[in-house]
Amino acid sequence: MGARTALISFDLDAIGAMSCNPAIGGLGKGHLVREVDALDGVLGRAADAGAIHYRMLNRSKGSAVWGPRVQADRVRFKAAVQQIIRAQSGLTLIQGEAAALVLEGGRVVGLELADGTILSAPRVILCTGTFLGGVLFRGEERFEGGRIGENAAKRLAHQLRGADLPMARLKTGTPPRLDGRTINWAVLETQPSDGEGWTMSPLTRARANPEVFCAITRTTQAGHDAIRANLHRSPLFSGAIAAAGPRYCPSIEDKIHRFGDREGHQVFLEPEGLDTHMVYPNGISTSLPVDVQATVVRTMPGCERAEIVQPGYAVEYDHIDPRALTPDLQVRAIPGLYCAGQINGTTGYEEAAAQGLVAGLEAAAAALGVQGPQLDRGNSYIAVMVDDLTLQGVSEPYRMLTARAEYRLRLRANNAATRLTGLGIAAGCIGEERRAWWDRREALREMFHVKHSQRVHARELADLGLPVRRDHGEKSLSEWLRFDGITPAALAPWLSEVTALDPVLAEEMAEDAAYAPYLARQDAELRDLRASEALSLAHDFPYGEVPGLSNEMVERLTKAAPGTLAAAGRVSGVTPAALSALLVHARRLANGQRAA
Amino acid sequence: MTSGPTIFALSSGAPPAGVGVIRVSGPQARAALQALAGRLPPPRRASLAKLRDGAGGLLDEALVLWFPGPNTATGEDLAEFHCHGGRAVIAAVESALAKLPDTRRAEPGEFTRRAFANGRIDLAEAEGLGDLLAAETELQRAAALANLGGALSRQVESWRAQVLGFSAEVEGVLDFSDEEDSADLPECFTWNIAALADEIGTWLARPRAERLGEGFRVVLAGPPNAGKSTLFNALVEKEAAITSPIAGTTRDVIERSVALAGVPFTFVDTAGLRVAGSETDADPIEAIGIDRARTELARADLVLWLGPEGEGPDGAWEIAAQADRADFIAKPTARFTLSAATGDGIDALRAALMAAARDVLPKPGEATLNARQHARLAEAGASLAAARTLHDPLLVAEELRRARVAFDRLIGRATTEDMLDTLFGRFCIGK
Repeated sequence: MGARTALISFDLDAIGAMSCNPAIGGLGKGHLVREVDALDGVLGRAADAGAIHYRMLNRSKGSAVWGPRVQADRVRFKAAVQQIIRAQSGLTLIQGEAAALVLEGGRVVGLELADGTILSAPRVILCTGTFLGGVLFRGEERFEGGRIGENAAKRLAHQLRGADLPMARLKTGTPPRLDGRTINWAVLETQPSDGEGWTMSPLTRARANPEVFCAITRTTQAGHDAIRANLHRSPLFSGAIAAAGPRYCPSIEDKIHRFGDREGHQVFLEPEGLDTHMVYPNGISTSLPVDVQATVVRTMPGCERAEIVQPGYAVEYDHIDPRALTPDLQVRAIPGLYCAGQINGTTGYEEAAAQGLVAGLEAAAAALGVQGPQLDRGNSYIAVMVDDLTLQGVSEPYRMLTARAEYRLRLRANNAATRLTGLGIAAGCIGEERRAWWDRREALREMFHVKHSQRVHARELADLGLPVRRDHGEKSLSEWLRFDGITPAALAPWLSEVTALDPVLAEEMAEDAAYAPYLARQDAELRDLRASEALSLAHDFPYGEVPGLSNEMVERLTKAAPGTLAAAGRVSGVTPAALSALLVHARRLANGQRAA
Repeated sequence: MTSGPTIFALSSGAPPAGVGVIRVSGPQARAALQALAGRLPPPRRASLAKLRDGAGGLLDEALVLWFPGPNTATGEDLAEFHCHGGRAVIAAVESALAKLPDTRRAEPGEFTRRAFANGRIDLAEAEGLGDLLAAETELQRAAALANLGGALSRQVESWRAQVLGFSAEVEGVLDFSDEEDSADLPECFTWNIAALADEIGTWLARPRAERLGEGFRVVLAGPPNAGKSTLFNALVEKEAAITSPIAGTTRDVIERSVALAGVPFTFVDTAGLRVAGSETDADPIEAIGIDRARTELARADLVLWLGPEGEGPDGAWEIAAQADRADFIAKPTARFTLSAATGDGIDALRAALMAAARDVLPKPGEATLNARQHARLAEAGASLAAARTLHDPLLVAEELRRARVAFDRLIGRATTEDMLDTLFGRFCIGK
């Protein structure tokens, strides 16, 4: 986009280090990776560079909920991230401690480093991860989280607290890491990489690394008994941690406590890289004392002699109530300051990357005086997440799910480029390489359109043995694709030629054809949505003056500060009667202003 | 509560009447009371006051009431003057009110619009109020009252909650397929959706709210001089005529709308329908009349056939009329034998008509759907019907989401402006 940007980190070499599960993507999250990639973000390409195991989750269901997921070699992933950011033009990397925001008249004008250096900048983005006020818990042990020099983190945290922002605490956790050489792989069911050849980014020409397999084991009754006997030693149950953790990724002690009747819980043993023996046991995140962790591990089949290299722990950290942010992730009370990642109450690399992208694009656009890409709930999971965060706030670490997207049928992981790359080009954030790829692909799209509109008679399909009544008449290929049992493969006699040119685009267009009736109905809905997005509500809209709104409604709406009437309708707990009252009042104000 | 100018209107029936109730709503309601009654009575209590105009002239002696906002019907400050119901008194009080600052006569629907705007009622309730104000019969009133009381809103909220539960089940399968618990939908899932779709189907099959407005349509048919007009007059004469919502009677079709024991009816007298076979002889003008009569027969809920036995339209009731006359020809299969001139058999016919109408019209106290609500509910029903047949959980989830959108629109959770305008255009003044 042409903005001059500096990236400040206490340890530049740590950029790209994965602090938790070395997996990228998954259900809902895979969509975010593809969308970040479609807007030329780093995550997808780096994931491909590090990938050593690929799975398309939900493959048996409709493609809109397929979740591309890779496991990455930590070393290779980090190397790729480092290479990409160092090659990025206009980006200066600065090693140092961000000590304090420089404020002037209430707005950010720069950043002060610990050595006293002042960097002036009209826009500053804060990405603190779990390090803001972080505390690590393991059994009875406590550690101040903040490997990044406590003084620095404290000064910034102190400044933020002083700014009277709505802060709260959340919790997340990680499992113990095992030495793969001490696992008896031979007795375990294995899960191979899918070998299908797809990649996270279309710019990755082929899978780069050897693919390894994972193994599946289970927790056992003996392990559960040990957990139950020691629940009081877990900080989650002793009361030491009060903050909410992710319901979607519970600790093993949580699982035992809540679903005690289950005989065992599945655990995936995931290799952390090609050059390391470390194994990540996915499914037993825990903050139990080390001795209990060892018992739990060693009561799992295949892990009877497994060694823990690094015990698991829970971490509790500060975050900002994201309702204090505007839809561009800017702190409403401190213009010029943006926040992205766990500081906004989310969990996961993918959610963090997507927010980093939004904050970066919006901050750059604002600094340059141009408009950022027009993202909304109808075109991206990214916007769904930002809208959810800034409107609803969080009560637990926010994780992307496909259920959060109402227009899911059109927001597929495999059509992210079609949805977003064009918007990215308009916003000026797409690099040359992707631009060239896009131009080539859009030319192909035309050829697909021509092929799809070719008309074929039902007899011809029936002659091929396809489940179609012979008297069904003549239809275009795209119409035939809506019929049960008519797949793109079944129409190979007509489509194989173009399919060979770009199998990924072929798949996407076949799905568009199959979903066409649903997409058409959603179009109508989206028109309504965009119409009510047109009635904007100022962030200081006087909800208290809307007659008939209960105090609770006023509080919810004031906190969420919906930007438009449509957004107000999405604020949870807002009743139809309240919404109508708001509409009428907002319209009256708008009319009054017009009249005046 | 600042909602623009203060409005007033006569909110009881047209004068002259025993009592005329004039309602005032808005920030000046307090001032209006003080100006006309000379004081502010205690809240929510009727008290007697002498009403005077600005010059001190006595207008009337009336009951006055004071309801401070926001817990009032409109959500604003509200005053009521229960005056004597003569035209002159009403006119005098209204003109005194109109002279107060920032106070004007209400526009059609404005009181309800303010109630709605102030979050006092939701969309379905507002529509119920609209129906209530238009109600002219007991049955219409009871149905509208059910909607105004939120019966429909509550029902829709309950359906919506059920669908939300179904959605949660499907989303569990879609988003947590890695967890062992939620690999597949339980068998009862489709059954539960089917049960809900059926329940909505029975609501859709119920008579619509508009049916109440139109009334039960009874067409009297038969050849000229078969006694139709006499019977028509006997059926409608003693009843208070109500205004028909249907405009335009043709020169050869006479219709009257009446309420029989609170049940709305429209009786139609088709003059000169010839018996089958003879219409080839009809001249062009007569042919037009026959066409009209046919149209009437097609629109009828019930045809009373006064012609020769067996020659009436299918489903018509055979009536042997003019039983008092010397040349009376008995009809062996007649459902009723009667004489409009003597009144014999008329009461029995009337009772039978009321029973037939009650079967077709909405039941008293039952929430009814108007055309808009019916369309939204039909969308929800169609989505649920589709959801029960689909196998791809992704598409099932989409249909369930569509059903929720339809529910939201039905009760106004997803409000659009044009719908509001349509809604408020149909309210009478002053309510």
